[in-house]
Amino acid sequence: MKKKENRNAIATYIVLGIMSLVWLFPIVWLVLQSFRETPAGAFTKHLLPDTYTAENYTKLFTDTTLFNYPRWFRNTLIVAIASCIVSTVIVLLTAYAFSRLRFKARKPMMNVILVLGMFPGFMSMIAIYHILKAFGLVQSLFSLVLVYSGGAAMGYYVAKGFFDTIPRSIDEAALIDGATKNQVFWKISLPLSKPVIIYTVLQSFIAPWVDFIFVSVIMKDNYNNYTIALGLYQMLTRENITKYFTQFCAGAVLIAIPITLLFIFMQKYYVGGVTAGGAKG
Amino acid sequence: MAARLSSFFRGIGKGFRHFFMYFIQGDLPTKLSYLIMGAGCFLRGQIVKGLLYLAVQAGYILYLVNFGAAYVAKLDTLGDVTQTKEFDPALGFSVIKPGDNSMLILLYGVFSLLLGVVVLVLYLRNIKEAWENQQTIASGGRLPGLRDDVRELFNRRFHVTVLSVPTVLTILFTVVPLIFMILMAFTNYNREHQPPGNLFTWVGTENFSQALWGNPLWSRTFLKLFLWTMVWAFFATFLNYIFGILLALLINQKGVKGKKFWRTVFITTVAVPQFVSLLLISKFLHDQGALNNILQNLGIIDSPMPFLSNGTVAKVTVIIVNLWVGIPYTMLISSGVLMNIPEDLYEASKIDGASGAKQFFNITMPYMLQVTTPYLITQFVGNINNFNVIYLLTAGDPKSLSLYQAGETDLLVTWLYKLTVNEQNYALASTIGIFIFVICAVVSLLTYNRSKAVQEEDRFQ
Repeated sequence: MKKKENRNAIATYIVLGIMSLVWLFPIVWLVLQSFRETPAGAFTKHLLPDTYTAENYTKLFTDTTLFNYPRWFRNTLIVAIASCIVSTVIVLLTAYAFSRLRFKARKPMMNVILVLGMFPGFMSMIAIYHILKAFGLVQSLFSLVLVYSGGAAMGYYVAKGFFDTIPRSIDEAALIDGATKNQVFWKISLPLSKPVIIYTVLQSFIAPWVDFIFVSVIMKDNYNNYTIALGLYQMLTRENITKYFTQFCAGAVLIAIPITLLFIFMQKYYVGGVTAGGAKG
Repeated sequence: MAARLSSFFRGIGKGFRHFFMYFIQGDLPTKLSYLIMGAGCFLRGQIVKGLLYLAVQAGYILYLVNFGAAYVAKLDTLGDVTQTKEFDPALGFSVIKPGDNSMLILLYGVFSLLLGVVVLVLYLRNIKEAWENQQTIASGGRLPGLRDDVRELFNRRFHVTVLSVPTVLTILFTVVPLIFMILMAFTNYNREHQPPGNLFTWVGTENFSQALWGNPLWSRTFLKLFLWTMVWAFFATFLNYIFGILLALLINQKGVKGKKFWRTVFITTVAVPQFVSLLLISKFLHDQGALNNILQNLGIIDSPMPFLSNGTVAKVTVIIVNLWVGIPYTMLISSGVLMNIPEDLYEASKIDGASGAKQFFNITMPYMLQVTTPYLITQFVGNINNFNVIYLLTAGDPKSLSLYQAGETDLLVTWLYKLTVNEQNYALASTIGIFIFVICAVVSLLTYNRSKAVQEEDRFQ
């Protein structure tokens, strides 16, 4: 019996080992390519670089005539912080209202959001562009913040799933003691909701770093207001890929590291959120 | 559903009855508030609230007169004056004489009408409030002052305060654009009808019939992409689901050391932004990419393998690469749920002599399916709309001449994107968007109702 278990364990480790090699391979390759010296193109003949250099990284910050990496980084950071604040507030308010408050329009509003969510997001992209244009906001970072946080209310599910798990009796006790609903929200519900607040903050903070579609529609050719994702994406177009592939890798490594760390940090909130939100709808 | 509909219509009927009754039985301020919003408030001492109502009415009228009405009036034709070039003798060259802009007419028209709905709701509220005020005074009560109203907003009517900003933003950035785009599906807004140079107009359900059967090229493309979208969504959802659960089981086994380490290894791959990892993989699998070069150098193959350049192979490739994206994700989500399966179920089955595979199919999978059905539905709908994986890996390529503006691996949603961005065929793109909506809605409704039936069985309680 013991022997069989041992053999089982070894087989498991072998399978897991091989799988993790396969899964980590693209990431390791990315890091290796980011240090490759020559040639800079994507279509290398060898798996491992012949010679290593840190030049791809330094060039990102010094050679900014065509690809202004530091500027894009700054843009993304500004947009991410602003839209993260707005989105978090909106998501928490919406989720709280639908979860803890009872009013006539509650069910209809939730149904409307459910239906709206079934339309593909790209469908409204062009219309949003024209609306922003009508307000004279196109190609600005502010419009990007509006785009990322304007639809935030639609993603209330995870936070609502969390609010649903807080016992209602706590609210009721406070209301009987004479607290207003406003006080219940600030003094009772919010302090209990740290996990879901962290989750929402991180989620909305990450979004601008990885989107390259909406930003390309909004910014068009205004290179100065590009975000990291769109900028890096531009490095791999047919004209640029042979010259900038290794720089793309370097730039990608630099933003992948913080995002990966944030994600690993928030994974437990993430799982709780997705399953709780899913089970309770 | 029928009951809900009938109660809805009864509600409307009741509303109409009240609307007339309040007018007949109302006193002067109440009657006046049918004409001047807020009269029932400021004539009875609720100055600020009454003036706010009045401001809404005045504001909307001003908006319509100065701006909105011109657009609303042209909604039926979407404009009839085409932009022309006229020779200006004073300047000595041709100048553009602006005509109607169909797109702005549609956009501002929709916006004005929607704003009108909001004003109408407020108008009805103003009447109801005037009537309630009248009743309160008649029964000798005291009307709530401004301070009371504000206090209410933080207590009994807290939901109004909380939801006001989210609602306004959602209407502006989701509802208005969607209505605008849905209406666009009934127009001929394409490259030949591009404002401001040209006008576009209503064509009824022309786009729908063209896409389904009228235009052979469109309907062939639509059918082919629809089938591939469903095949893709099916494999992408269920393969990821099953293998993800298997991976989670593998890591969760008793006696496996370093569970946290293994999990982190796989989660790392989820965490790396997709536009980095998938773009990289697509360059890696390219005909001249690293993998083909290496295989050729090693002498395993003579000519490059068309991982992404042959239609059929590319379809298999994207499904396999998607496993790389999806398995760790399912593993992450299912780990916790798996641990909730009652241990005694396994032990009892072990005593009965069930094998590992039997346990998997008779205990693990039924339990998982029951608990995670909503998750599966979201995943399936998400995969129908899975833009990133396809766009970043193949961009829909290889291109095909037998398809309209699409490639072999294009999903409906990436086709929609290409139609808008490359082809400016907004009318067809919106039509496709509506089709996608219908598909998603049908899938969700069918499976969701079934899953509820399953839940009521309480098999595992």
